[in-house]
Amino acid sequence: MRHIISILIENESGALSRVAGLFSARGYNIESLTVAPTEDPSLSRMTLVTRGNDEIIEQITKQLNKLIDVVKLIDLAESSHIERELMLVKIKTTHETREEVKSMVDIFRGKIIDVTAHSYVVEMTGQSNKLDAFIHGFAEGSIIEVVRSGPTGISRGEKGLHL
Amino acid sequence: MELSGGHILVQCLKDEGVEFVFGYPGGSVLHIYDAIFHQDDVKHILVRHEQAAAHSADAYARATGKPGVVLVTSGPGATNAVTGIATAYMDSIPMVILSGQVPSPVIGSDAFQEVDTVGITRPCVKHNFLVKDVRDLAETIKKAFYVATTGRPGPVLVDIPKDMTDPNIKIEYKYPKKITMRSYNPVVVGHKGQIKKAVDILLNAERPMIYAGGGVILGEAHKELTKLVHLLGYPITQTLMGLGGFPATDKQSVGMLGMHGTYEANMGMHDSDVILAVGARFDDRVTGKLAEFCPYAKIIHIDIDPSSISKTVKVDVPIVGEVKPVLEQMIELIKESDIKPSKTALAAWWEKIESWRSVNCLDYDRSSTLIKPQYVVEQLYQVTKGDAYVTSDVGQHQMYAAQYYHFDKPRRWINSGGLGTMGFGLPAAIGVKLAFPDSDVACITGEASIQMCIQELSTALQYNAPVKIINLNNRYMGMVRQWQEFSYKSRYSQSYMDTIPEFVKLAEAYGHIGMRIERPEDVKGALEEAFAIKDRTVFLDFMTDRTENVYPMIEAGKAHNDMKLRVAPSTPMDRELS
Repeated sequence: MRHIISILIENESGALSRVAGLFSARGYNIESLTVAPTEDPSLSRMTLVTRGNDEIIEQITKQLNKLIDVVKLIDLAESSHIERELMLVKIKTTHETREEVKSMVDIFRGKIIDVTAHSYVVEMTGQSNKLDAFIHGFAEGSIIEVVRSGPTGISRGEKGLHL
Repeated sequence: MELSGGHILVQCLKDEGVEFVFGYPGGSVLHIYDAIFHQDDVKHILVRHEQAAAHSADAYARATGKPGVVLVTSGPGATNAVTGIATAYMDSIPMVILSGQVPSPVIGSDAFQEVDTVGITRPCVKHNFLVKDVRDLAETIKKAFYVATTGRPGPVLVDIPKDMTDPNIKIEYKYPKKITMRSYNPVVVGHKGQIKKAVDILLNAERPMIYAGGGVILGEAHKELTKLVHLLGYPITQTLMGLGGFPATDKQSVGMLGMHGTYEANMGMHDSDVILAVGARFDDRVTGKLAEFCPYAKIIHIDIDPSSISKTVKVDVPIVGEVKPVLEQMIELIKESDIKPSKTALAAWWEKIESWRSVNCLDYDRSSTLIKPQYVVEQLYQVTKGDAYVTSDVGQHQMYAAQYYHFDKPRRWINSGGLGTMGFGLPAAIGVKLAFPDSDVACITGEASIQMCIQELSTALQYNAPVKIINLNNRYMGMVRQWQEFSYKSRYSQSYMDTIPEFVKLAEAYGHIGMRIERPEDVKGALEEAFAIKDRTVFLDFMTDRTENVYPMIEAGKAHNDMKLRVAPSTPMDRELS
């Protein structure tokens, strides 16, 4: 099962490699990982997507908690939450296809943020499956480049993950 | 008081109450060594190889309960220490390793003797630090000791670039008295409800087994464990790391369990209906085949580390907390409880255990004309009155030591359990002897293991650490040979060395006494003679039976009730090598 683990971790050099090293050393897989400092610059927030049965996820969360730099963590998949991923896509365009691409972008509530005679760069956020659907809407060969952030998420309601 | 980084470091060690630093100098740590030169409070023990520095410090910690301290230079100094660090990590031993690093401006430039020490050691330390500002040095050292010694203990490394100890940069020194870390809260108190539940299950057990590990020793809970076991009247088995946590000579002890555990311990585990695991981690050498591990038992598990719970074996009642207070609470609850263990059920259970015990699984051929390694350990036990500190290397001799030296006290049995590091024994013995100069220290080893850190004979002489080396010399890597005999149709691939040194001469070359013992009737006398010599290291080279195997044995991947017992002595299979 897919789990989204949200981690509050000391913003110190090497913190990311401790997390990544733990996963490779113990044979867990990381589907995606995003990390950036929080409103408190001494802390980073990491969102990690992984898969595994209940026993594996239990071990993953315990092992992560054991890392000295980890302050707190939650498994977002355990409760109601929102997740979003950012994607930038560079798409080939011709005079004939430009309108069609633009309407596709509108349908998916994306934005065209760069235009040349032969290409668009589209910015889009949403759940990962929405981004997948957008990409699948194009013929093979029409996409020049796809850059995705990997999902990041937050729980619904008043409670937050903080010190 | 304004001090340079090098002096700050040494002052930190003094303030931390450090008695010994085991180390080896080099370019990146020269400023620190100069600071060491200026004082006498912290004694530096110069080893002959950095691996040994880590093993000696580790064993010092195992024997005393105080953290061991290691000082090595950058690059090869640090990489040589890695085996020793990993050894301590696997057995949860508190240790602080100070490693030099190239000056911070050149980090990352592949400078002379530069390696990414923080990166290399990350998977085998509890935590590590890179000091980037000399103003953080004292606090970082405090944190290192704090992390190493609290919670589930472990090694912590502090990597110190050379410019952090520059004698020309002096800053105000203040060693923090206390430290807190928002991301690290090691004090965990066992859940009351869980403890109550555990006690109810324990008291209703009909075929109980207490399974105790190294956590009892690390958590200083041997008294509480002994009290609990006596109060309940249940049988107790111990892991390799747990030996000494409960007196081996007590009649409730059924000995060690696992791959080379006793018949009664393993059969007892397999047939039990309730298991109380105390500070043990269900290691694969203990459990054997997981799918058939203790099929009838409800399992209660006390451990300070939540990640140890249900890691390999699913437990029914987990109790996360320090072993000692949890056991204290259990004792109270048992005394208060209206439920008493069923006397008839317990009597029947003990009867069963006694029937297994009567198999006498540790018996061996006592009439052999060759020296049996088991006999040497038994005699060592007699001669030292069971009161020596015993270190070991890794292999058959380690198992013989665990099986035939009966440890009644904690911290007397010093061995590399988790990592299984050959070369551990001799430097470990030196670390222990320095801590307890008036006690007997024996290193039980083999001719293969001893050669992995034999250079430390020189350290033993320099620091007057007279240890007794019990070399069970069977001219084979015994455990490898045993597995090859059992699983590879006796194809003894590379498990034999035909150029074994003359250890007597070697010992003499290092300034010690060497003895070679070839007949069983000489074993006791040689040991008595060696232990009577208090001020010299004695290397006793016992020529033992080459064919001897460690029994009983659960072969890899088999269950507790599927043990290989010794075939009757002098049957062809047992003798084919002689």
